[in-house]
Amino acid sequence: MSLKPFYQTGSLIKFYLRTDFLKILIWTISITALTMLTAWAFEDLYPSEAERLAIAETMKNPAMTAMVGPGYGIENYTTGAMMAHQMLLFTAILAAVMTILMTAKHTRGDEEDGRAEMISSLPAGRLAPLTSVLAVVGLSQLLLAVSIGTALSGLNIESMPPGASFLYGAAIGGTGLFFAGVTAVFAQLSESSRGTSGFAFLILGVSYLVRAIGDVSMETLSWLSPLGWALKTEVYVSNLVSPLVLLSAGSSALALAAFGLMLKRDLGSGMLPSKPGRSNASPLLLSPFGLALRLLRTSVIVWAVALMAIGASYGSVLGDLESFFSSNEMLSNMVNATGGLSLTEQFISMLMAIMSMMAAVPALMFFYKLKSEENKSRMENIYARAVSRQKVFLSYLAVAVVFGSLMMIIATVSLWGASVSVMEEPLGFAVVLKSGLVYLPAIWVMIGIGAVFTGIKPGLTGLAWGYLIYSFLVVYLGGLLQLPDWPGQLSPFGHVPQIPGEEISWLSLMILTVISLALTIVGLRGYQQRDLKG
Amino acid sequence: MTVLHINQLSKRFGKFQALKDVSFSIEKGEIFGFIGPNGAGKSTTIRTLLGILKPSSGSASIFGMDVWKESVSIHERIAYVPGDANLWPNLTGGEVIDLFLKLRGSHKPEKKQELIERFQLDPSKKCRTYSKGNRQKVALVAAFASDAELFILDEPTSGLDPLMERVFQECVLEAKSQGKSVLLSSHILSEVERLCDRVAIIRQGEIIESGSLEEMRHLTRTNLVIETKEPLNGISSMTGVHTVKETEKGTALQVDAEALDEVIKKVSTLGIVRLESTPPTLEDLFMRHYEGTGSDQA
Repeated sequence: MSLKPFYQTGSLIKFYLRTDFLKILIWTISITALTMLTAWAFEDLYPSEAERLAIAETMKNPAMTAMVGPGYGIENYTTGAMMAHQMLLFTAILAAVMTILMTAKHTRGDEEDGRAEMISSLPAGRLAPLTSVLAVVGLSQLLLAVSIGTALSGLNIESMPPGASFLYGAAIGGTGLFFAGVTAVFAQLSESSRGTSGFAFLILGVSYLVRAIGDVSMETLSWLSPLGWALKTEVYVSNLVSPLVLLSAGSSALALAAFGLMLKRDLGSGMLPSKPGRSNASPLLLSPFGLALRLLRTSVIVWAVALMAIGASYGSVLGDLESFFSSNEMLSNMVNATGGLSLTEQFISMLMAIMSMMAAVPALMFFYKLKSEENKSRMENIYARAVSRQKVFLSYLAVAVVFGSLMMIIATVSLWGASVSVMEEPLGFAVVLKSGLVYLPAIWVMIGIGAVFTGIKPGLTGLAWGYLIYSFLVVYLGGLLQLPDWPGQLSPFGHVPQIPGEEISWLSLMILTVISLALTIVGLRGYQQRDLKG
Repeated sequence: MTVLHINQLSKRFGKFQALKDVSFSIEKGEIFGFIGPNGAGKSTTIRTLLGILKPSSGSASIFGMDVWKESVSIHERIAYVPGDANLWPNLTGGEVIDLFLKLRGSHKPEKKQELIERFQLDPSKKCRTYSKGNRQKVALVAAFASDAELFILDEPTSGLDPLMERVFQECVLEAKSQGKSVLLSSHILSEVERLCDRVAIIRQGEIIESGSLEEMRHLTRTNLVIETKEPLNGISSMTGVHTVKETEKGTALQVDAEALDEVIKKVSTLGIVRLESTPPTLEDLFMRHYEGTGSDQA
């Protein structure tokens, strides 16, 4: 009897298409819409060459190159060149995230949950599930590439001809395909779906870093990263197809490797030794605070890295802002009129407002873990033991306040660090730090509002997010749209003194802090009195 | 000495009356069975006892302390096992056991090791990889490794295999022999029958019967199988005799406790060949109440 390893692949492809149809559609439409809107916005925002060259100036620094990749054609910065420079890498990473999640779910995920066993008990070839998953993911990337290519061609932007637009789409789909291959290999090696996607994301992260270092200092290094390959197509500038060959050859090699490994192993087993966890808990875990911190550990690290990147990217444009302002006499005169502060310094306060609202997101999320643990019925594990509600509540509050504040401090310090390397007259550390720290009480008020909802009406905790979005809109857009003062004053972020432009107002900071304390106490009292779900 | 006392406890969720005037108490050194169908209010009662839910009216106390106001002091002296242990997927079983023991207070490290071996649990695995039975083992090890005075067990053996269920029963009996008290809510009536000194049956939020198994049996029917030399005519028309059936072994019937004397007098005149008497099982008791709801509604 023959082995027929691919028997029933066709039926399984149909099956996976049916289960993932909607997901593929949502990913494809979102990524395509984002790409289209950005291209349209670039064309709309910078219609003249002079404006595009001004933007190109702000992009010519190592921090930007490390973040978004090298600017091909930056001397003649057309809308197409701008897209390829600022959006291609980011979009390719999104495609990679899409394929990593999809592939991990249907390979090791199905195996872990016992679904793979059901399929292999049916007359299906040994390689049929893996083949059909890769085929479906491959089709999704083809769809994505064609969809992006069509959308960008349809915009009729002069610097973005159809041929190049399809190359742009192909670079993104190719990256997605490559990481589907990476995930398929790790699905054979690792024993859990989390391990599988974890290793694949690690490779994605390393690819990004290798490319960042390569683009800044050593070009050959960028050729070692699949993300580097996507950028080497130099879309809308030189339109090179050869890097795509690398991507597709790489994807095929990875798929073959995954097939080889799959044939060698038992279903359900992995090849990397799954390291046993601790049999005994570290003393650091053994308290409600330690547990909260442990549960939020990954989240804390991810947010810290994200806010560091945001701070650095804001900081890295300050140098160009400085030269832009100093080259403009009219603006320089205005600066003197407002009391010896440079425009850059005045701009800082606006950046701090935005970053503080971004830092409020993890702060509130960390606190809301208290509620999500309750919703998952894990709190009864804690409350059935000798632990008071006050202690648990204050533990999550402490994590939210300490690490929420830390997020803001990280963003602030990172902004200063990046600005020092690009500015001729660097900003003082103390000034920058102060302008960031004054926003902490506003973040605490947001946590306090979260505490009130958690304690009194846990069904309405979403309203705190609405309030944060409201704050963002009125504080960020209020100046641009010339809104009156009162909408901004309904937000805690509207009461923060604008350092260094304004005098530090201890009174408003004190009032914000007292409000946050009062809200927290109200929330705690409610939490001690209400029924818990579990 | 009364360890746990519930007095006229009621709990409403909006318009829904989950518990209505529930009362019972548990004495020191006693294993108390708490049985009832799904949704009858067993877990609501237990969560109220744990201070997770606040009573709408009535009161409950453990060790003489109010379960809502003094929950922390009470919890230092009790151990709880839920019917469905929701654990943290990225912590190992060993970490969770240590966490639970630490949050409760005192425990005996050597007892933990012994229990992990008896329940055949691999504590180095992440909870995400555990089956339902293994998650229950984590909760059971954490409970029995503690030096609690009262164990509150809410369907603790769901998902355990028969071997592990036996280990569990041993653990419960060991606890009893050390003078500890147990509240055992369970679906497995044979388990309750084997372990419990007294039982309460809850239905639609109300306690419909409670007492020792002996007392409850006394109040209900005894199963008899009778074979006589002369034909056993007219027995089905006697008061207190139910469900008369001819079987290969003889006539099977159920007799109310108060009618037993009359029935035996009559049967003895007919020349008894064989007489088997079995006390009603807990299942019989339980089913009688359960069927009762059906006929009430009909």
